[in-house]
Amino acid sequence: MAEELKLFRTWSSRYSLRVVNALKIKGLEYETILEDLQNKSASLLEYNPTHKKVPVLVHNGKPICESLLILEYIDETWKQHPLLPQDPYLKAMARFWAKFGDDKVLPSIWSVFISQGQEQEEAIALAAGNLKFLEELLKGKKFFGGETIGYLDLAFGWMANLISILEEIVDLKLVDRKIFPLLSEWMNSFSDDPVIKECWPPRNKMVEKFKAMREPYLKELHETEVMQFSLSS
Amino acid sequence: MSKDELFLLDFGLSPFCIRVRIALAEKGLQYKGQEEDLFGGKSELLQKSNPIYEKVPVLLHNGKPILESTNIVYYIDETFASPPLLPACSYGRSRARFWADFIDKKVFDGGAAIWRSKGDELELAKNEFIDILKKLEGALGDKDYLGGEKFGFLDIVLIGSSSWFPTYERIGGFKIEDECPKIGAWIKRCKGRESVAKTLPEPHKVCELVGMLRKMHGIE
Repeated sequence: MAEELKLFRTWSSRYSLRVVNALKIKGLEYETILEDLQNKSASLLEYNPTHKKVPVLVHNGKPICESLLILEYIDETWKQHPLLPQDPYLKAMARFWAKFGDDKVLPSIWSVFISQGQEQEEAIALAAGNLKFLEELLKGKKFFGGETIGYLDLAFGWMANLISILEEIVDLKLVDRKIFPLLSEWMNSFSDDPVIKECWPPRNKMVEKFKAMREPYLKELHETEVMQFSLSS
Repeated sequence: MSKDELFLLDFGLSPFCIRVRIALAEKGLQYKGQEEDLFGGKSELLQKSNPIYEKVPVLLHNGKPILESTNIVYYIDETFASPPLLPACSYGRSRARFWADFIDKKVFDGGAAIWRSKGDELELAKNEFIDILKKLEGALGDKDYLGGEKFGFLDIVLIGSSSWFPTYERIGGFKIEDECPKIGAWIKRCKGRESVAKTLPEPHKVCELVGMLRKMHGIE
């Protein structure tokens, strides 16, 4: 039977991008279904009734959900260009760090993005602490996966694109080359990789989107300041 | 050091530690362990092995730490082949991983929402927890086990939490065997298995722990 692959995703979802990258690395053809999250398709809801989220990879009619799990499925099903290490210990560490990226690094960077003043300074310190672990992981390596891009690079891949966008919007340097030389280098190497480069969503659209996402937090802060000012007058 | 030295940093009542102990038992693996005092002071070994989270379980295999309970169960299955815990086919494995991820994200926190609340909040928490179990009941379908015909990885991932269910039932005022009878039957079936029966703690110990936690949080 010919392989039928469909990927339900949005134009900007960093989780979907992991799967796009993995499919590209493996040289796999697939159909893209772009979703509007305000108006989810019946198919998406049928394939992912539990979480109703993207990405969903549908392989010969069978859905696989959750981006990191989709990466594992792709890696197990198509053996060319392996993404995960073979060694069970290294595999366990890759899974651990991928989860760390999602559970700790991303929220800490998001906190920097939406906060200001003292709160932002504290958020920066927390984010920097998390990024130091990644800097350590890169010692002696070009990519988290070693010589070539692997599972952990794809898991962290959102950083190589999103961080510079957030830095531009808040006018702040989070990943300073002097403090994070290896991570900075990785971000360049990963971004510029010919397979990865083609897949980035349009930068101007991303800047516009994230500026809009930040607005409510700025408005909240302004309202708090106005209230504090009027209380103290 | 002998060829396979396994050392488990443990906490008897933790559903996450229970899963690892059941997986080790299913594989017939010998190991040593130490019970961590999570409230009094974590051991140096735990702090060194898991510096980011300082959480149990941690499995040390020939001195190398493996962290996060689901990760540990994958590791045990990938390192010690027999008997296999995960399905053989990649789609079956992806479904197992999906539901394990769901269980990790929802069950423990869903239960904690019950013991941490009272009044209207408790009612809401109870209904959400029942909804979580109903989704798992859907995944079980008419099968004997979450793994299919045989007890396996996904059963191991969920069964540890079942020792906490009687506490949730008592606080929430509901019965799982009424709300989710297939899950109720699945729990009884799993408890008939030696690895599970020997590993699950007595529910009253969990009740005592939760009672202590509720006092600490000023709920009772």
